Amino acid sequence: ATLVRVQRGGSPSAQTEGKLTLLCDAKTDGSFLVHHFLSFYLKANCKVCLVALIQSFSHYNIVGQKLGVSLTAARERGQLVVLEGLKSGVDVFFRPREEPHPLQFLREANAGDLQPLYAFVRDALQPVDSGEAAWRCPVLLVDDLSVLLSLGVGPVAVLDFVHYCRATVCQEWKGNVVCLVHDSGDTEDEESDVLLNGLSHQSHLILRAEGLATGFCKDVHGQLRILWRRPLQPTTHRDRSLTYQYKIQDKSVSFFAKGMSPAVL
Amino acid sequence: AGPGAPAAQLRQPPGGSPPPPGGGTGAPSGRRGCREGHGAGGSQSHPRRGESPAERGAGGQAWAARGGPHGRGVAPTASPRLRAEADSVEWEGRSLLKALVKKSALRGEQVHVLGCEVSEEEFREGFDSNINSRLVYHDLFRDPLSWSKPGKALPGGPLEALRALDKRTVSGPATIALDSLSWLLHHLPCPTLCQTLHALSRQDSCPGDTPPGEQVRVLGLLHEELHGPGPLGALSSLAQTEVTLSGMMGQASAQILCRRPRQRPTHQTQWFSILPDFSLELQAEPPLESQPRSDPHTPSVDPTTHLTFNLHLSKKEREAKDSLTLPFQFSSEKQQALLRPGLGQATSHIFYEPDAYDDLDQEDPDDDLDV
Repeated sequence: ATLVRVQRGGSPSAQTEGKLTLLCDAKTDGSFLVHHFLSFYLKANCKVCLVALIQSFSHYNIVGQKLGVSLTAARERGQLVVLEGLKSGVDVFFRPREEPHPLQFLREANAGDLQPLYAFVRDALQPVDSGEAAWRCPVLLVDDLSVLLSLGVGPVAVLDFVHYCRATVCQEWKGNVVCLVHDSGDTEDEESDVLLNGLSHQSHLILRAEGLATGFCKDVHGQLRILWRRPLQPTTHRDRSLTYQYKIQDKSVSFFAKGMSPAVL
Repeated sequence: AGPGAPAAQLRQPPGGSPPPPGGGTGAPSGRRGCREGHGAGGSQSHPRRGESPAERGAGGQAWAARGGPHGRGVAPTASPRLRAEADSVEWEGRSLLKALVKKSALRGEQVHVLGCEVSEEEFREGFDSNINSRLVYHDLFRDPLSWSKPGKALPGGPLEALRALDKRTVSGPATIALDSLSWLLHHLPCPTLCQTLHALSRQDSCPGDTPPGEQVRVLGLLHEELHGPGPLGALSSLAQTEVTLSGMMGQASAQILCRRPRQRPTHQTQWFSILPDFSLELQAEPPLESQPRSDPHTPSVDPTTHLTFNLHLSKKEREAKDSLTLPFQFSSEKQQALLRPGLGQATSHIFYEPDAYDDLDQEDPDDDLDV
């Protein structure tokens, strides 16, 4: 089963618009989900803003090419706006102080709030009423939010940033927001827990990639738990959660039910 | 302690009028840690009992007492105190909050919602127009921190918005729903929030002003995992009723802790479910031994298909398998054979072929032992 089918919808439809999807990983690397969503939304003709704080643009481009999209071409035609954290983080220090910069908090003694970053996102995804071909819903992808905690931003400030993105991108413009966050697991990281739980309460859909409890396996790279958190109608808990195991291959990810990996049968 | 002694700083109602003679205004006695307040009707002349006139005649009926597990419906408390609802990521509490809001609205009360976490559209979803007309949504979702250029924010920020829900806006029998207390706790210092909540729930504490039926109920939604024990403890001490949501096997339950004035706290567990139109249905406890039914949506997968080896048996193979006697099975034939050894059974032979390197020594190596 491909991840797209698993999410009950092959393309962004009215039912899946205006949603905050939380990607979370524990004891494994969940960035394959970010690449999936990036290529998925680009192929679906959506306007995408990628806040890339972890990897360089060329990394996403290379993986994107394997998944069938060209990020450079998307950027050139205006479909994709990328904030490269690694590059522009250095620019903050070489610019005059008066010019606002999305990563302004790096410069401040007590990292305040993420309003400049929100302003960047808002300007990037603002629907423009021009004659050109309209993109489908705007999409914000953040990779990832946990690094902001390491950079000194408080968890409440990150939650506020996501709140504003949700209010503007999801509620006002009926777009989608996808964020990756890391679960610190057993390490007693209070800030990370507050961030993860706070985001979980705000999200509509949570995709949680976990490493296998028994350790590393060559054929099954981990398991994916899917939790629908804010259904439109209150339903029973059981209908809202699914678990699959997966294996990451060169150009795709294959999903199968627990224990049903072709390699172990 | 005489009537004038305990918790002097809390005795003043927000309006600033002096306390009446012969009794306090129901200020909680901080020293004893329990709530002062008399529910049984106005003996205001008694000097020792601090009364909350808002509770006078209310009968102190707690939420749990009337509703109960008998499924007759939820009767909310008539006290103006706070009811805190604690949820978690697994068991979300907004549906229950909406169900309680719906109940209040159906009783003809006005409901004021201070919405911080969801948009007005999303909160009103699922309510019919009857309920929506009684619902006033104070929007702290769109622009709570005044980040937007053309300011869509409520003036004064979150604190002022909370304080504005006082007597000037909210009058008569009404319910204030705070969605959510967690958001407010993150953005306001805990003492400020507690003081404001306390003032909110005691607004009609002027004696004689409000008849007992017209009281303000405050409901708050709190996400348990987001806060440490300090703020959680502070909020729960303010609340008269605390509802903690959890569940088992798809069925939601609520642990209800009710602190009535001058009575021991009562603890009760209530299983419930919320219907799509946000009506609350109370249920009996599910049996502990119930088997999880197989999910009808996922077809069961046969693991013996698509294999490179054959796991199935044909009919002939099955018959041959069933008729086979196992070598070490002690059947009656074997027993008979053993009891008559000489009959046609050769004794066992050992055939030994020594090879070139074997050293066959016929002597007994133990001969030289002096045993």
